Amino acid sequence: MDINEIYNKLKAVFGDDIIELKTDKPVDPFIIVNPEKINAICYFLRDEESLQFDSLSCLSGVDFDKDNLASVYHLYSYALNHKLVIKAIVPKEKPELPTVSDVWATAEWHEREAYDMMGIIYTGHPDLRRILTPEDWEGHPLRKDYKVQEFYNGMKVPY
Amino acid sequence: MGLLNKLDPHIEQFGSGNIIITTVDKLLNWSRLSSMWQMFFGLACCAIEMMATSASHYDLDRFGIIPRPSPRHCDIILISGTVTLKMATRIKRLWDQMPEPKYCISMGSCANCGGPYWEHGYHVLKGVDRVIPVDVYVPGCPPRPEALLEGLIKLQEKIRNQSTYQKTEKVS
Repeated sequence: MDINEIYNKLKAVFGDDIIELKTDKPVDPFIIVNPEKINAICYFLRDEESLQFDSLSCLSGVDFDKDNLASVYHLYSYALNHKLVIKAIVPKEKPELPTVSDVWATAEWHEREAYDMMGIIYTGHPDLRRILTPEDWEGHPLRKDYKVQEFYNGMKVPY
Repeated sequence: MGLLNKLDPHIEQFGSGNIIITTVDKLLNWSRLSSMWQMFFGLACCAIEMMATSASHYDLDRFGIIPRPSPRHCDIILISGTVTLKMATRIKRLWDQMPEPKYCISMGSCANCGGPYWEHGYHVLKGVDRVIPVDVYVPGCPPRPEALLEGLIKLQEKIRNQSTYQKTEKVS
């Protein structure tokens, strides 16, 4: 299905929660959505007969701009062979949005990684712990404003 | 007798060869350097070169160096690869479990000083010598098996020249 058709279909169901469609080349066209509604939108994308996005290819955390973080969902439908990119932008002072791990189980570890690296908090996640860095790590390393800690467990970190 | 020739000229034989006199230092050092059982600590791409060194082409066994699965069996630890801060705590614990005398070889740029991660690697320990004492540094990214062999032979030289009872040189 074409990106414009998907966009119109979403727009018809969710209205103002579907914020914008961007089709600037050369990146994949993407749809910006209201982060608070991401869970409902993803359920719709998976279960709607004409969309059938049965696979979450990737879920990434992005340091979007000065004040915002983003959670990016790359979706693919094996059944219908079409794909879609969704972005949910959250403010840095309160980076919270609902989990989609109940929609696609693979999102569980992806969301843990996005939490670990970017500090995005996925509400309703069953087990939101750090996944790569140690449990007692300070900060979220892939943020642009990240400052490396001077010592970790008594070991000097900077060169 | 071929092995004992390595102790020359600090060896004297009497009679038909059943009585041998040498110094305690030389005998201990010789036995230590001839069977340096190593603990593998393959952490990154250096581990591939280390495995190649152990394999038949370069054949570490001819130096008496064989890999052991437990730190309690080991004389040397061969840190080959990038030491992350998460792994550094494990290295320290395993090092503490090794019996004295013990030695450490740091293999490759990452283990020596952080390597390519020295500036932006927030998770990388900038040199394993910040956690455990290192006897021999093998440079390279990764070092060839020949370079690792050179490092091991350097360590053998170090062991050969140390003294158990004289305080002139640090044992470990």
